[in-house]
Amino acid sequence: MEMIKTAVELLFVLLILTGALLSAVSSVGLIRLPDVYLRSHAAAKSATLGVLCILSGAFLYFAFFLDFVSAKLLLGIVFVFMTSPLSAHLTGRAAYRSGVPLWNRRIQDDLKGALEKEQLKEQAKTDSSSS
Amino acid sequence: MAFQILLNLMIAFLWMFLNNDWTASGFIVGYALGVAVLIVMRRFFGGRLYLGKVWAILKLAGLLLRELVVSSYVVVKAVLRPNLNIRPAILMYHTELKSDWEVAVLITMLCLTPGSVVLEVSKDNRTLYIHAMDITDVEQFDANIRNTFERAILEVTRS
Repeated sequence: MEMIKTAVELLFVLLILTGALLSAVSSVGLIRLPDVYLRSHAAAKSATLGVLCILSGAFLYFAFFLDFVSAKLLLGIVFVFMTSPLSAHLTGRAAYRSGVPLWNRRIQDDLKGALEKEQLKEQAKTDSSSS
Repeated sequence: MAFQILLNLMIAFLWMFLNNDWTASGFIVGYALGVAVLIVMRRFFGGRLYLGKVWAILKLAGLLLRELVVSSYVVVKAVLRPNLNIRPAILMYHTELKSDWEVAVLITMLCLTPGSVVLEVSKDNRTLYIHAMDITDVEQFDANIRNTFERAILEVTRS
C-alpha cells in the first residue's frame, strides 16, 4: 500500500517537473529564435503545455492525497487555454500589419500578396468616397 | 438535443425521488439509468442521440491533447538543437468549415498546438493565413489539418 502511494506521488511529481522543464525550455526559445513570429510559437505554446502539466499535477495531488477537489485549478487550465491562443494570434497579426520583417530564411509568404491587394482595395474605396 | 438532456435529467431526478436518496451518487446512478433508457428508446427521437455528440467532443479534446504533446516535442527539439535549421513559412489554408463558431474553434486549436499560429483570417472567414514553424511539405501540412482538426470539428457540429 505504502509502495503504491509513493509510486503515485512520484508520478505527480514527474508531471509537475515536466511542466516546469517545458516552461524553462520555452523561455530559452524566447531568446534563441530569430523573429517575432517564431518567438510567439515558443512563448505561447510550450508554455500552455507547461502550465497544463503543472496545474493538473497539483490538482491530482490535492485530490488524491489531501481529499480536496480544487475547482480553481481546473478553471485556471480553462482560462489559459482560452486566452493564450488569442494573445498569440493578436500579437502575430499586429506584428505583421505593422510591418515587422520575417526571418530571412522563411520559405514562403502567402499573406503579403493578399494584404497588399486588400490595402489597394481600401485605398480605392477611400479615394472614390473623398472625390 | 436539449429535449434529450432535459429528459435524462428528469429521469435522474425521478430516480432520486423514488429512492429518497439526495446524494451525488444517487444522481449519478439515476443519470446512468436515464442514459440506458434513452439508448433503448432511441428509435423514437428525431435525429441522433446527444451522447454521440458528447463522445465526439471528448474525441476532439483527446485529439487536441495528443497534438499538443506531439508538436510540443517538435518545438522543444527545434529550440534545443545547437543549429537552427527550421524553415518557417506563412501558408494559405482554405477551410471547409462554414459557421463562425466552427472557424473560431479551428483557429483556437491551431494556435494552441505549437508550430502553427493563425496570423490573419480573410473577411469571408474561408481563408486562414497560418505561420508554421517548420515546413517540410506544404501539401502534407494542409492534409494534416484537414484530416485531424477539421474532421473532428465537423463530427461535433454536423446535424
